[in-house]
Amino acid sequence: MKRPIAGGSGGAVGLEAVLPHPGTSRPTGWTRFLENERLLALVLLTPTVVLLGLFIAYPFVMGVWLALTNTSVGNIGVFVGLNNFIKAWNDSIFRTAFWNTCFYTFWATIFKLTLGMWLALLLNRHFRGKRIVRAAMLLPFIVPTVLSTFAWRWMFDPTFSVLNWLLFHAGFITTKLPFLSDGTYGMWCAIVVNTWRGMPFFAITLLAGLQTISTDLQEQASLDGANGWQRFWHVTWPLLKPVTLVVVVFSVIQTFSDFQLIYVLTGGGPANATHLLATYAYQIGVATGLLGEGAAISLFMLPVLFIVVWLQLRYLRRLEGA
Amino acid sequence: MKTLKRDGDVARTGEVTRRSLLKGGAVVGVAAAAGLEGILAARRAPAFAQGTRLNIVRWVDFIPACDVELKRQTVDASKALGAEVVLETINANDLQPRITAAMQSGAGPDIIQMLHNWPHLYANGLVDVSDLVEWQVKEQGALYPLSDANVKVGGKYLALPHGIVPGLIAYRKSWFDEIGATTFPKTYEELRQVAAKLKKKGKPYGQTLGHTFGDAPGWAYPLMWNYGGMEVDKNGKTAIDSKGTADAVKFMTAFWKDGCDEGGLAWDDTNNNRAFLAGEICASLNGASIYIAAKRGQDKIKDEKGEPMVRDIQHARLPAGPAGSSSYQASFHHAVMKYGKNQKLAKDFLKWLHGKEQFGKWFQVAEGFSIGSTKFWEQNPLWNTIDEPMKGFRTAADNSRVFGYAGPPSAKATEVYSKYIVVDMFAKGVQGIKAEDAVAWAAGELKKIYG
Repeated sequence: MKRPIAGGSGGAVGLEAVLPHPGTSRPTGWTRFLENERLLALVLLTPTVVLLGLFIAYPFVMGVWLALTNTSVGNIGVFVGLNNFIKAWNDSIFRTAFWNTCFYTFWATIFKLTLGMWLALLLNRHFRGKRIVRAAMLLPFIVPTVLSTFAWRWMFDPTFSVLNWLLFHAGFITTKLPFLSDGTYGMWCAIVVNTWRGMPFFAITLLAGLQTISTDLQEQASLDGANGWQRFWHVTWPLLKPVTLVVVVFSVIQTFSDFQLIYVLTGGGPANATHLLATYAYQIGVATGLLGEGAAISLFMLPVLFIVVWLQLRYLRRLEGA
Repeated sequence: MKTLKRDGDVARTGEVTRRSLLKGGAVVGVAAAAGLEGILAARRAPAFAQGTRLNIVRWVDFIPACDVELKRQTVDASKALGAEVVLETINANDLQPRITAAMQSGAGPDIIQMLHNWPHLYANGLVDVSDLVEWQVKEQGALYPLSDANVKVGGKYLALPHGIVPGLIAYRKSWFDEIGATTFPKTYEELRQVAAKLKKKGKPYGQTLGHTFGDAPGWAYPLMWNYGGMEVDKNGKTAIDSKGTADAVKFMTAFWKDGCDEGGLAWDDTNNNRAFLAGEICASLNGASIYIAAKRGQDKIKDEKGEPMVRDIQHARLPAGPAGSSSYQASFHHAVMKYGKNQKLAKDFLKWLHGKEQFGKWFQVAEGFSIGSTKFWEQNPLWNTIDEPMKGFRTAADNSRVFGYAGPPSAKATEVYSKYIVVDMFAKGVQGIKAEDAVAWAAGELKKIYG
């Protein structure tokens, strides 16, 4: 007996005539399974949940556990409560690293945002070779960080720096600048390299945002007599704010937990002056083998990042609401 | 009916006869009973499972020919042992992170090169190789006290000493002569005065105070000792906060300002080599790699007169301070990792590698850059034919102390080294922090470790 189509209203027989016949057999178990949205969702989500659990949640939980123990290389630790956190807080190198991380993130993000915005506005114009320039702009972002940082390290080399050579021969300096052998110079060098590397990410994302803004709005503002700055501030910027905030959130997370750049460029030196939390955690946890203490140092990043990201996302939600 | 084949046919056909099996079993039995001698005597590789690999990780040697020789030896070892021996070389500064990662994951190289007193820090992950050390001592005489102290943990030997890379001060003889220093300065203060004159001529002394494994601690620890400072006293109690240590920091600060290339704060172990060979510095504490590189590249590496620079390089021991003239020399060992599945094979390989025959070949290639771990190698004919400036390396390990002096060698001393506390104490001084404050900082850090 043929089953009526659910929801049919009188015309079921006629409709039946035009529907393809799936066969006379009843739906298979597989079909029923696929039609069950809950089960299907479970199946589709499971691989992601397993992967996230394995590669994100497990290391995180392990990290928290390690931070609460005195585990060192080759020695299973015992629970020591918050001792590692207290020890870190009383450590002068940790405090330097914590301050450095905030300083580095703040200035690098400011520079990346400013220069990235400027570059995006330039690239949003029409000019010859626009595509080539846009592609070339991504190079610093594409080259592996370790390689590009090595190149910068050679440029800042304490003995053979090409920058010192250029500045000296141009008559700007009489003695070598201590690019990497002075803590303050070293930190600013790291900020320069981070800006150079991260700026394309800002530029390309902001450029994408700029291209979603209708040119009619700009034209209208021009007709109303707005100059370039006014058009940017009152038309472009408000519409670009949500994109900008998302880019800044990503950038803050990446810069605050940066490791490769400092590790290759300065190694945290001279005399620990350029350590970030990530490099100092590595120095203590992996190089020295004090895994519990290293984990505690790295976990200090978590609350700071959580607060910064939460504030930014809250602001973003408010913007979207408005 | 199938007839039995002669033993000689086995190799050709791959089939195994009862007799060949028994013979193979005998080889394994002999090998198991007599170790590598048994293997070699039987002239057959032992029956390690097919496809067995033995991984060894070492630093990238400053003498590239040493790694070439070692790779050649691993090929020979693979044939002798019947297992594939694979050598991997990495930056020396990355060895410690590699060890930590391997031990924590319980997987990684079967043998890892250890420097300094690292076996104390990684004791729980290393196999007892006292039997191998006993054999080495029987074959090559007693270990230098330095090597012995660095690998002996709680009465057990946890690594097999391979060699020592002694550090002496390489200097440009003609430049020192020019300012009237016809013999190398005998004291630190004399060295400061000479370096000050040379720095004024644009030829400073080159010394790293960066976080790097060899040259930085090789300079900083003896400087502290030679001014009367010490990490801990004989009972292991923190003793760094002393007048001697403060005097050493004061000297370093003056020496740095007056006579050193101030970029040295950012140098690793390679920078001084490059700076010296480029004619940028007048002297530097280093292994023999500067001299050997200048000699092997004498067609390209010239002095300002166009002559091969190697002819102008001389070596000297560290100068003396008010409390003496000890040194710190970097010793190198091989450790068999506990997590390894081929510990027996690893030990057999080490016995083969450290034996007089193989080590002797490698020692010749090193040309004095690496010396042996026992005095036996001081008598090697190499020292009769080696260049005069290199002869000082022969006995350079005789006045070396170990990290943690004046206390006993310990994992705590390794931790102090790994955190570069002594090096940073001097670096803080040269960066302008008062000597007493730099020492107080170091004392605080040491107390956290030693208690």
